[in-house]
Amino acid sequence: MAGIPHDHYEPKSGFEKWLHKRLPIVSLAYDTLMIPTPKNLNWMWIWGIVLTFCLVLQIVTGVILVMHYTPQVDMAFASIEHIMRDVNGGFFLRYMHANGASLFFIAVYIHIFRGLYYGSYKAPREVTWIIGMLIYLAMMATGFLGYVLPWGQMSFWGATVITGLFGAIPFIGEGIQTWLLGGPAVDNATLNRFFSLHYLLPFVIAALVAVHIWAFHTTGNNNPTGVEVRRGSKEEAKKDTLPFWPYFVIKDLFALAIVFLIFWAVVGFMPNYLGHPDNYIEANPLATPAHIVPEWYYLPFYAILRAFTADVWAVQFVSWITGGIVDAKFFGVLAMFGAIFVMVLAPWLDTSSTRSGRYRPAFKWWFWLLAIDFMVLMWVGARDTNFPHDWISLIGATYWFAYFLVVLPLLGIFEKPTTPPETIEEDFKHHYPDSPSAAE
Amino acid sequence: MIKKLTLTAITALSLSLSGAFAAGDGEAHIEDIAFSFEGPFGTYDIEQLQRGFKVYSEVCRACHGLKFVAFRALYEPGGLNYSEDEVRAYAAENYEVFDAELDDFRPSIPSDYFPAVTGLGMGPDLSLMAKARAGFHGPAGTGLSQLVNGIGGPEYIYSFLTGFTGEEREVAGQFLYGNTAFDGGWVSMPPQLSDDLIEYDDGTPATEEQMAEDVAAFLMWTAEPKMMARKQAGFVGVIILAVLASLLYLTNKKLWAPHKYGKELDL
Repeated sequence: MAGIPHDHYEPKSGFEKWLHKRLPIVSLAYDTLMIPTPKNLNWMWIWGIVLTFCLVLQIVTGVILVMHYTPQVDMAFASIEHIMRDVNGGFFLRYMHANGASLFFIAVYIHIFRGLYYGSYKAPREVTWIIGMLIYLAMMATGFLGYVLPWGQMSFWGATVITGLFGAIPFIGEGIQTWLLGGPAVDNATLNRFFSLHYLLPFVIAALVAVHIWAFHTTGNNNPTGVEVRRGSKEEAKKDTLPFWPYFVIKDLFALAIVFLIFWAVVGFMPNYLGHPDNYIEANPLATPAHIVPEWYYLPFYAILRAFTADVWAVQFVSWITGGIVDAKFFGVLAMFGAIFVMVLAPWLDTSSTRSGRYRPAFKWWFWLLAIDFMVLMWVGARDTNFPHDWISLIGATYWFAYFLVVLPLLGIFEKPTTPPETIEEDFKHHYPDSPSAAE
Repeated sequence: MIKKLTLTAITALSLSLSGAFAAGDGEAHIEDIAFSFEGPFGTYDIEQLQRGFKVYSEVCRACHGLKFVAFRALYEPGGLNYSEDEVRAYAAENYEVFDAELDDFRPSIPSDYFPAVTGLGMGPDLSLMAKARAGFHGPAGTGLSQLVNGIGGPEYIYSFLTGFTGEEREVAGQFLYGNTAFDGGWVSMPPQLSDDLIEYDDGTPATEEQMAEDVAAFLMWTAEPKMMARKQAGFVGVIILAVLASLLYLTNKKLWAPHKYGKELDL
């Protein structure tokens, strides 16, 4: 395997040698755990561990919740109340699972924006980035499917609206929607299949996570300077890195303890803050809530979906040249998925030869504007679509696309980056002048 | 049964919606009450819950069910501190339930649930009402004020019960009543509370505001009966995690010291 040169596992005892010839599993664990890691990683590199932890937390709490949950339209809502009232510790399990989804998305958004700022998506880490985006999409799907299971008003109407997006696809949309729902409308068949898929997808995510880790263990971690670890020899690599165990495991566990403490406080003291009150009303197919609002973590993309109404000239233009096949609704759906797709393309849209945003003076401004844009879209996604919200959504959505399709390609040409340090060791020494020269 | 329930819910919702549409632009007014159970340290005031239960039992019960609440919850840990015998007597005296095995009605027992109340003109189930409404939304719809004030479910219930303006109007054969807390300003439920409507066992003067506050607290309990246990688990967890985080902080510091500062660290 390619990668940073480092010491490998040597089987010593007779049994180890016997096993190693047949299944080099200890070697795999050793190489994974002792991977040389850039020693200048800052606190933005802790979110991967938090995310792994979230996945485990969601699977463990989810598996227990399933033991008490009933996926049937007349009983689902009541079975949740049974969990909340009669199952030992059930109220805590369920609140952990519901808020665990929020923690998962907070962590993934910070993780993604970390990658965007430090250029982690750039060569040679494009595959890591794309797999990450696939994980993110699978998370969105899992979160959506799971939100339907309590069978509250927002579960039901959220499912109706989101599956309706597929209905907007010309010609085949209605068929797809019916196929997804298992009938003409959201009903018991929908609940059953959503339950099944909600249980399946986390394991797909787990597999993708393994590949994600495999990919960046092959290329090595990015780091705040964006400068690669020297790979000429083991000795050279050791000047830039420390093994993942124990240095980064302990560091990450400390960060995880802090994050989990805050999470625990939210679950214990304000577990419904991020939820929607309407989901404590049982699903009623005949009463539409006044405002159908998705969970907070979908809001930026929901805002982009709603931004492109039939009043927007670009929508009218596309509608006209496609002979009306792409109407405003379908345009919105394309925009929403496109907003994620342009992120996937970031490795090829970013033309700058400097990897880390730390050394890109102009890029910084555009990046932080994108971060603010994301927050504004999140806010406006929960508002109604009257003035000025329609304009704010449209400007926000336009900037999202402009950042990836215009700013990233042009900055690489016009920007004068500052000079990054020669080596990671130099950067580490800049922060810690007393650090010894050779970390032996 | 479920069909009937659904129908009732539809009727109730469509009535309240028609109210909402009829009225237009009334800004909902929600009073911020300092309930005893607010904040991480807040606990239920059991005497208040008992008073609120009496309000429900003598007033609300006629039109509103509590179908997710079992009678036994009234004496179980985290309940209302009644004895099992008191609850057994209350359930038997006040409620009947249809027993499929007997093929007949029988008096309720503690393991039964407060029945759902259905039929024309009946109101929505109140089990979860305190969590199904948000009193506070601001500023600018961000919901950030909820970090300080709480979500405001019980405040909404209080403000709703005390928010009747006394105005009344008829829309398509349906009477609607002016209410400053209700979105849209007009609601199909007539005003219910008035001073000294009931008599409290503990001698608390039964003013309209007192009854509204007590029943709002009681409905918070029906919606979240395990709130005390939850906050307790919250505290224990936060303390344990704070200790764990401190230990990991020191471990991390000692571990990195030779590489960051070129020397061992004495802790």
